[in-house]
Amino acid sequence: MGRVVGPALAVTYLSLLVVLPLAALFSHAFSSGWSSFWNAVSQPEAVAALKLTLLSSLAVAAFNGVAGLVIAWVLVRDDFRGKSLVNAVIDLPFALPTIVAGLTLLTLYGPNSPFHLNVANTRWGILFALAFVTLPFSVRSVQPVLAELDRETEEAAASLGASSGRVLWRIILPSLAPAMLAGAGLAFARAVGEYGSVVLISGNLPFKTEVASSWIFSLSQSDALGAAAAVSVVLVLIALLVLLGIGLLRRRFDIPEAV
Amino acid sequence: MTGRWRLPLRLAALTYLGFLVALPVGSVFYRAFQHGFGAAWHAISSPDAVHALWLTFLVALIAVPLDTVFGVGVALILSRHRFPGAWLLDAFVDLPLAVSPVVVGIALVLVYGKSGWFGNWLAGHGITIIFSLPGIVMASATVALPYVVREVLPVLQEIGTDQEQAAATLGASPFTVFRRITLPSIRRSLAYGVTLTTARVIGEFGAVAVVSGLVAGKTETLTLFIQDGVENLNLVAAYAGAVVLALIALAVLAVVGAGRRGPTDAPTKERGTPRWRSRSDPSPSDSEVPLLSTT
Repeated sequence: MGRVVGPALAVTYLSLLVVLPLAALFSHAFSSGWSSFWNAVSQPEAVAALKLTLLSSLAVAAFNGVAGLVIAWVLVRDDFRGKSLVNAVIDLPFALPTIVAGLTLLTLYGPNSPFHLNVANTRWGILFALAFVTLPFSVRSVQPVLAELDRETEEAAASLGASSGRVLWRIILPSLAPAMLAGAGLAFARAVGEYGSVVLISGNLPFKTEVASSWIFSLSQSDALGAAAAVSVVLVLIALLVLLGIGLLRRRFDIPEAV
Repeated sequence: MTGRWRLPLRLAALTYLGFLVALPVGSVFYRAFQHGFGAAWHAISSPDAVHALWLTFLVALIAVPLDTVFGVGVALILSRHRFPGAWLLDAFVDLPLAVSPVVVGIALVLVYGKSGWFGNWLAGHGITIIFSLPGIVMASATVALPYVVREVLPVLQEIGTDQEQAAATLGASPFTVFRRITLPSIRRSLAYGVTLTTARVIGEFGAVAVVSGLVAGKTETLTLFIQDGVENLNLVAAYAGAVVLALIALAVLAVVGAGRRGPTDAPTKERGTPRWRSRSDPSPSDSEVPLLSTT
């Protein structure tokens, strides 16, 4: 009895929460065939939102890729008082609810910014929010690989007269590239679907600071569920594609997991 | 790569972290108590705030046990049985981590909402899911679904089935085997999984925003209460709510962070390789998305 009941319950639970909703998403997106899907996705506001989402996610993934490498390098190779605290701070964006993250950024970089740096209702605000939530992916993907890196090769190169820039370019970066790429991929996937941290600081101005998740949200509020489903399907496909790529990358280069 | 570059790099890393993470988070605490502890207390003890706190607590009270039982069950299935379609089960469990929480919310509305697949049937039986408590619970349970599985599965694979089989041979019932053998060995990873699930459920915003209907004092959880506070310029309330959530996040980091550095049930490196894959594939990397990603 128990052998059947347990798995049956698990499958039911998963079906109610994940499988059926996913099926409904695709079904509603293509409710009147390909044309209804294409109409929803090719609306100017949808195109603008998707374009903004993809470009800012790409920019943040690239920037945090470099920043993550620097931070990981400092955490692995450098030593200073309070390093373990800095190491703990990296995980804060994972643990902090996104709406709180949005509020923190709005406090410091909004209309009442103590630095007089107001990025609220601008695209810079989106970049700040995405950089915040994706930071742990970028650091934690590179950190373990950097820690495992064989330093003898670097020392050999240096003793043979290679400059530190050349050691970085020819020895360190090639070994870290797959892990950096995997981290950037995770950051990109996370950024594409981000909503909570962006919503307060971006102001959701159509054609200017409205990201895809915000556009889907406002479609749902105006009961345009078919269109919301269509744009959602685009986000789901992008996420699956990126994760598939990362999986292949991990397998090919045997990269450890991020966290 | 030493000497000359050490200090500039350290400075760059600390500056970036300071301005992106440490200062913003610190400033929320400052703003919350800027007008004194009394003002913050007054804001968080208003009827709407208390209701939001209570609703958040209630949702966690329902969603976390459901996800926990499901998580342990699926981890047992994936680690103890080989069957066709196991990879699909594994992929579906991970899916909520990969998609936007707003999409999770929409997908639920499309099944359980008024014009959704089950809309007519539910309405006919007088059941409301979307824009009420069941919807909020379902959205929260969905986004937090993967955490227990991802924590417990690698440990179950690590410990194997020798002891369980020995106990069963000696006449122990399946339940006794689970309670006396399996449960003690996954205790720690289960605690992490439950902690992460709770954190995610309490902090969820996007999925809940779609399904809740956003009625203050009715269907407003703490995260929605914060957004409401910001939009209606009740900033003291928003900051007070944010401090509550930030403290919970710090507590979670302390629990999981401290535990991860200490002794664990099993090496955490081998996280989440389902049995059906671990046999043929030497690479132990599978759960593509880091675990603590609240959205």
